[in-house]
This record gives sequence, C-alpha cells and structure tokens, in this order.
Amino acid sequence: MAAPSNNPPLLEVKNLRVEFPTRRGTLLAVDDVSFDIAPGEVLGVVGESGAGKSLTGNAIIGLLEPPGRIAGGEIRLEGRRIDDLPYEEMRKVRGARIGAIFQDPLTSLNPLYSVGHQLIETIQTHLPLSSAEARTRALDLLKEVGIPGAETRIDHYPHQFSGGMRQRVVIALALCAGPRLIVADEPTTALDVSIQAQIIALLKRLCREHGTAVMLVTHDMGVIAETADRVAVMYAGRIAEIGPVRDVVKHAKHPYTKGLMGSIPSLGVRTERLTQIDGAMPRLTEIPTGCAFNPRCTERGGRCLVERPDLMAVGATRAACWQHDRGGVGPAIVREAVDA
Amino acid sequence: MPDGSSGQFVRIAGLKRYFDVSAPWLVRMLERRPRQIVQAVDGIDIEIAKGETFSLVGESGCGKSTVARLVVGLYPPTAGRIEFDGNDMAGRRSGADMAALRRRMQMIFQDPYASLNPRWRVFDIIAEPIRAFGLSSDKADLEKRVGDLLRQVRLTPADGRKFPHEFSGGQRQRISIARALASQPEFLVCDEPTSALDVSVQAQILNLMVDLQRRFGLTYLFISHNLAVVYHISTRVGVMYLGRLVEVAPTETLFTRPKHPYTRMLLDTIPDLDMTGRQRSPVAGEVPSPINPPSGCTFHPRCPFAQDRCRAERPVPIAIEGGTVACHAIEEGRLPVEERTYVANS
Repeated sequence: MAAPSNNPPLLEVKNLRVEFPTRRGTLLAVDDVSFDIAPGEVLGVVGESGAGKSLTGNAIIGLLEPPGRIAGGEIRLEGRRIDDLPYEEMRKVRGARIGAIFQDPLTSLNPLYSVGHQLIETIQTHLPLSSAEARTRALDLLKEVGIPGAETRIDHYPHQFSGGMRQRVVIALALCAGPRLIVADEPTTALDVSIQAQIIALLKRLCREHGTAVMLVTHDMGVIAETADRVAVMYAGRIAEIGPVRDVVKHAKHPYTKGLMGSIPSLGVRTERLTQIDGAMPRLTEIPTGCAFNPRCTERGGRCLVERPDLMAVGATRAACWQHDRGGVGPAIVREAVDA
Repeated sequence: MPDGSSGQFVRIAGLKRYFDVSAPWLVRMLERRPRQIVQAVDGIDIEIAKGETFSLVGESGCGKSTVARLVVGLYPPTAGRIEFDGNDMAGRRSGADMAALRRRMQMIFQDPYASLNPRWRVFDIIAEPIRAFGLSSDKADLEKRVGDLLRQVRLTPADGRKFPHEFSGGQRQRISIARALASQPEFLVCDEPTSALDVSVQAQILNLMVDLQRRFGLTYLFISHNLAVVYHISTRVGVMYLGRLVEVAPTETLFTRPKHPYTRMLLDTIPDLDMTGRQRSPVAGEVPSPINPPSGCTFHPRCPFAQDRCRAERPVPIAIEGGTVACHAIEEGRLPVEERTYVANS
C-alpha cells in the first residue's frame, strides 16, 4: 500500500513531549516537537549531544528506555496513531513498517548467531515465507547492500565482518520486511570517513529505489548536507529551525544554526580563529526561561529572556527566534563580559 | 649524544613498532600456527620544526595513534630513533636527565571521560605534573600556578575544588589541556583531542589550542582523522596508510595539489558543506589488515592507478613541492598532479 505522493505525510509527529521522572522532579527532554516526513524523503535531525534528537527517534520506534516516557503529543505513521499502541502491536509495526539503524553496528547484531540466521529470523517474523524463501531473500538483501561474496558471507558471524560491512548487514536487517520508514540514529558516526561515504551513498540509493523515507539522526552537518532533503536543528529538546537543507545550511535563520555552521572548519579559507559559540548547552535541569539559547546568543534582546519563541515561517524555513517576529527581539541588553 | 644537526625540534627516523599478537606458544605449536605480527608503524620519517603544528591523518588502524604514543615514550620503538631537541630519546642517561626531557613534552588524549581520574579533584589532577617534576615547593605557589592554568583554559580557579564528573566534555578537555600545560612543556602531542566533542565545543577547543600555541610558542603533533580540522590547524600534514607515511606536504599544498592517490581519495571523502552538488565518490574497499599487508605499495589493492611495479616494489618517498610522496605513479610521472579548489562557506 504505497502511498501516492500527494497523500498525507508518511510520518506525522505532533507536539511530542518526552519526559524523565527523577527524584528532583520531571525533566522534559523533548519539548513540543512537531514535524512530518513525506514518503521517500530524508529528514535530517541534527544537534549537539543532549539536544533530544536520539530520544525523538527512539520515541518514534517505540524504544524509549524507562523511566523515559512519552508525556504528550502524538505520532502517526501512514495516518495511524502508533505512540499509544500496546507493546505487542508496536512490535509488529517496528521491523515491518519502521526499520531502525543504530550507531554501533557491533552491538546491534547478536554475536552468537550468523548474520544469515539473524536476517532469516527477522524476515520470518514479519513475512509469511518458508525458510528457503527467507534465505533467498536474505541473500538478495546482502547483495543489495553491497556485501561481496554474499553466498559465503551469509553464514559468517558478526565478528568476521569489518565495521563498514557490519553496518551494511544492519541496514539489510532494517530492510528485511520492506519498511516505509527507516530511523537511522548516527549510522556513520562509528565509521571511518572513507567508509562513511560508502554507507551514505548506499542509504541514498536504497531510499531512491524503494521510496523509503528516512529520519537521519546525526551530529554531523556534513552528512546531513549531503543526504537530507530537509533538516531539523534541535537545541535543548526543541526544534530551533527546520527547513529545506540548502536553506538551512547556506542561509541559516536561527543564531544557533548560524553559530553551528560557523564552527565547522571550512576548506576554502584558513581563518585564524573559528567562530565559536561560547558556553555549552544547558542541562535539562537548568533550561533558562524565554529562549533556551539566550545565554549563548549574540543577537538576543530583552524579549528573548522572558518569552519563549515558537517556530515561525521565514521564507522556506521555520525558525524559533524572535528576530523573525514582527515584535523583534525587544530592547537590547548590555552583555556582561563572558569571561576575562 | 649526537646533537640535532638538522636543526629540527623533533626528528623521527625509520621509526617502527611491531606488536606480537600471536596465540600463546602452546596453541601455536599444537595447531602449527605461525607467529602473527602487526606492523603498526612500519618505517616512518618525520621532522617537526619548533613552533609548527604537524598533523597526522589517516583512517583507523593506520598507526597514527601508535606514532603519538611512541613519540612521548609510552611505547618503546621496535626500530628507528626519535630525537627531541637534539637528544636521542632512546639514549642511556640518568633518571633525572630523562625526567628533564619528559617534562618538556606532554600529551592530550582523545577521550576526556577516560583520561581524568574520577576520584581526584581537578586541582590535584592539574597539580600532579607540577608535583611529579618538583616544579613547585610551597603550597601557595602551587595554588597560584594551578589557578593560572585554569584561567588560561578559560575555567576559574574555583573549579579546582570540583570533580571531573561535574564538567561537560568540552570542559574536561580544557582540564586535560591545563594538566598538559602544567609542566610548562614545549611540545604537545594531541591524539584526536576534539573527536569526542560536539562541533561548537570543538571550535572552542581548537581556538584555545591556537591561542596557547601563540602565547607559549608550543609545537604540536596533532593526530586526527578529521581533514577539515587538520586543514584549519596545521602547518604541515602527513598522510598515513597502514603504518607508512604516503605523503607529507605543507597544508595548503596537500589540500590544493594532492599527489598520492590515497590523499586524493581521503580528500574526496570530505563531506560537502558548500552544497556545490559535488558528489562524494565513495571509494571501494577498506583498509587491509596490518598483519598481512599487501605486497609492494600497500595501497595498490584500492588504487585505480596500480601497475605491476606497485604490486612488487615498495615505493620510497621522493621530494616534491616542499614535501615527500611515496608513489611509483608520481615518480614515473604517469599520474599528473591535480589542482583542487574549494569554495569557502559563506
């Protein structure tokens, strides 16, 4: 039941909130996050560690680790609500409709079973195939993800594969039941640059050929710039900016995105110093009032300290910054020296 | 003791380090297995001038971290020599002489979560090199020194009372840098100092390192797999592949006129942030095992320009455009040097 392109989005996330109850009160790790992904689209989700990007991905695949829990909002896949499904129901959706790829390819494979065994098990869980048919499909998948000598490699164990090859196996596993959406959490972070390029090319090709949508969670702007159609920049549990990748990368609208882009060393000019964002992302317990980015922002005004901005349209992108509101950032405030 | 006739601050010549990863003797005898030797570093020559930043790049397993550890003496070399300011590091000398040399070189490690003792207060972590080398006798002076060091890395003296877990990754890396500076070294070996950090924090640390270098005239040996970072910070760059240096060149030359096919391949893999539509050409193949490296030029199985000579004969580095390249194709002139231009991020 492939959705025609003009239909409602494949994945809809609305006002998602993820919280962690702790002894000192409840921490809101993902705060009112909304986005959607069209069939065949690659949405990049980028941000620093602790920004809530992986939690958002885990909430979608229903693998939030307790005590983390979805505290509000809804997640719809192909129009069907999936965030409140019972465990067993969600198990059927996960794997069949949503595939997952994680950062470390060694820990996402079982070291005690051959990769063929793991592929066949996954295929038979989700598809009504005989063992022989499942093995043929497993073999086809391994060939599709570009594993040389798939006929012999299918009986090998994870430790016999290199990092890049293991990640290919993990991708094959995610593809077993022909999912409509793949949630890829830092799929290239553990790999060398030369292997990284191979894996990204593979993901892109599979997306194109199968019309699979991908939610690509990463901290690497380079990977996003090359792979994603749209990108969401997350900061302290909220989306700071979301829009077509070209607009966000080249003409960022949010001061945080601008700072992030400036802090990546560039190959054209050798500058003496990189643009740096002073300070660090606040801890969840210490999120400032108003805009969460205001203590580090170079363009803040009085309004940023008290009122929290929501996403507002700026051209093709949407950014959560008062600069783009008619009221502006409010009165300028004198910045005390950051430090001596 | 030979003095540094070359005038170079750090001189590494014919450096080799092999690791024996064989099974135990009995197993080897019973199963008739041969010894297995990893040639982690297989004969490299590097010269680093005072005040410059020399970077080593390469994929994981190419031996760049082993070089870092060899240089500071954490591993003894299998062969070759390391000279530091004219002193042969392997030469026999008294413990006091050795300590005097060691004081002048320090190391910054990749993982700021693993390289700080979690049970020590930051003050003690930073004071340790000062105490170990006997650089300060009274308590007031020690406190002043540690306070100054903390301020130099943009922390406050009050942070000295805290434990490492109270700091973020970037702040911990600042503490490692303060510790490395505590013995007033002249030479810092930095093994992937920013690869565990987020990009905005990475920029802070790189800026700090550049500031400190200018202020104290430090010399850096910088190990990284991130070519954009290397481009930003280095004076000269060495590209390593399977324990050998395939190309050494001044930074600008290496990035705009790369010569070795492996260097070109690495440059091709830099993600395109400028959205020029340039496709990263994924390179086929992976780094072979350093236990059984390919014959001749170790890069030949992945090299599009490989010929019979490359499979048989190990190329020797030849001098070219202010650097060196170890490649038969370049030497024979059948591989023209390629010009590359980059568009700056706006």
